[in-house]
Amino acid sequence: MSVLISTTLAEALDALAAEPASMVLAGGTDAMVEVNSGRRRPVSVIAVGRIPELRTWTHDAESATLRIGAGVTYAELETEPFLHWVPALSQAARTVGSPQIRHAATLGGNVATCSPAGDGLPVLSALDAIVHLVSRSGSRSIPFSEFMTGPKRTALLPGELIEAVSMPVLTGWQGYAKVGVRNAMVISNAGACLAVDEAGGVRLALGSVGPTIIRCTDAEAFAASVVDGTTRSVSDSDANEFGRMAGAASRPIDDHRSTAEYRRHAIAVLAHRLLRRAFPND
Amino acid sequence: MIEAQRYVLHVNGQPHEVGDAWIGESLLYVLRERLGMLGSKGACEQGECGSCSVMVDGELVCSCLVLAASAVGQEVITIEGIAAIGSPTDVQRAFVECGAVQCGFCTPGLIMAAHALLERTPQPTDSEIREELSGNICRCTGYGRIIEAVQRVAAARTDPQ
Repeated sequence: MSVLISTTLAEALDALAAEPASMVLAGGTDAMVEVNSGRRRPVSVIAVGRIPELRTWTHDAESATLRIGAGVTYAELETEPFLHWVPALSQAARTVGSPQIRHAATLGGNVATCSPAGDGLPVLSALDAIVHLVSRSGSRSIPFSEFMTGPKRTALLPGELIEAVSMPVLTGWQGYAKVGVRNAMVISNAGACLAVDEAGGVRLALGSVGPTIIRCTDAEAFAASVVDGTTRSVSDSDANEFGRMAGAASRPIDDHRSTAEYRRHAIAVLAHRLLRRAFPND
Repeated sequence: MIEAQRYVLHVNGQPHEVGDAWIGESLLYVLRERLGMLGSKGACEQGECGSCSVMVDGELVCSCLVLAASAVGQEVITIEGIAAIGSPTDVQRAFVECGAVQCGFCTPGLIMAAHALLERTPQPTDSEIREELSGNICRCTGYGRIIEAVQRVAAARTDPQ
């Protein structure tokens, strides 16, 4: 039994190669819930929370791309410069848990857990984010949509760590909204991210209403046909229809937190609301 | 690499040796059961109630979600380290004066969170207090008196009499 508090990425990768079954510990806000409840009994732990390479971010102005290290916390993502570059991610970050949780929880941890209710994930989906993976034998980068393969299932291979996530810095409106039983400290019953891309196209991704994050390609195509190119406005009836199509694209289930019927309704309301925020009629 | 179940934690400015521990123990468990510091409370053990709040390297976190052995080399401050017994902080006094303490179970976590809040935001609005303390559940007070206590400290720190 051992705990390695790694201080370099290379050290962590060596340890993971030697013991691929090790529990990789970042902020611990998901992993320790499993350990405390007895669902998980680690025999070796690789703590990655103090690796400087994972706690940084880089912004490339030329390609308008932001690369965020896996160890950047939600408390950091709530604030500048992320609030300026990826406001939807900052909004999602602010809805995660409580200040205590956000001080510890990381973007990489959210991606690694890959719960359909993970608040950062609809944003990564809507932005077509890329997940950067690294192991001792090399590195690879795959779209988030291919990384998440099911509820808490990912394409991560033994020996691999999540190093960073990169995404475009868009200039159009973007936002995240979710429904839960409180305004704070709540797991999403339904969540949605809407982002307007550089071509004026609308992207919409849904959380908590399917086995993976769902991109609403039908609703996106519909928005492309109804948003007025000159006035950048959308009619009430078209916004309603956009919401209905989003609800229809969701694949929710009944569980202890909500019902499928309520979740589908909530998605329709959230999608309508986000579209209206992106294109206010005034 | 911490091979064995023996390590040293720095808590409230002092080194504490932890021996004979299972590697998966949370910081909350080690504080209470191995180091005898019973101020931090354990309730939900999943980060939802805030009653185990401590500072680790200056950040307010739930100690139930910190793997104790991963906190080696970090500075942990618990409610016991906030003030000496008999010399309560301004936040602790305000909680008592405002009636923000009833059963008292949530109080240590709320005191830690209130101190962290006032460090970062010396003049918080009521909404900022509500958002910053949203991870600390109190089933007695209804929160009104807790918010009043925080506001009283904020006012006193700005305008000491």
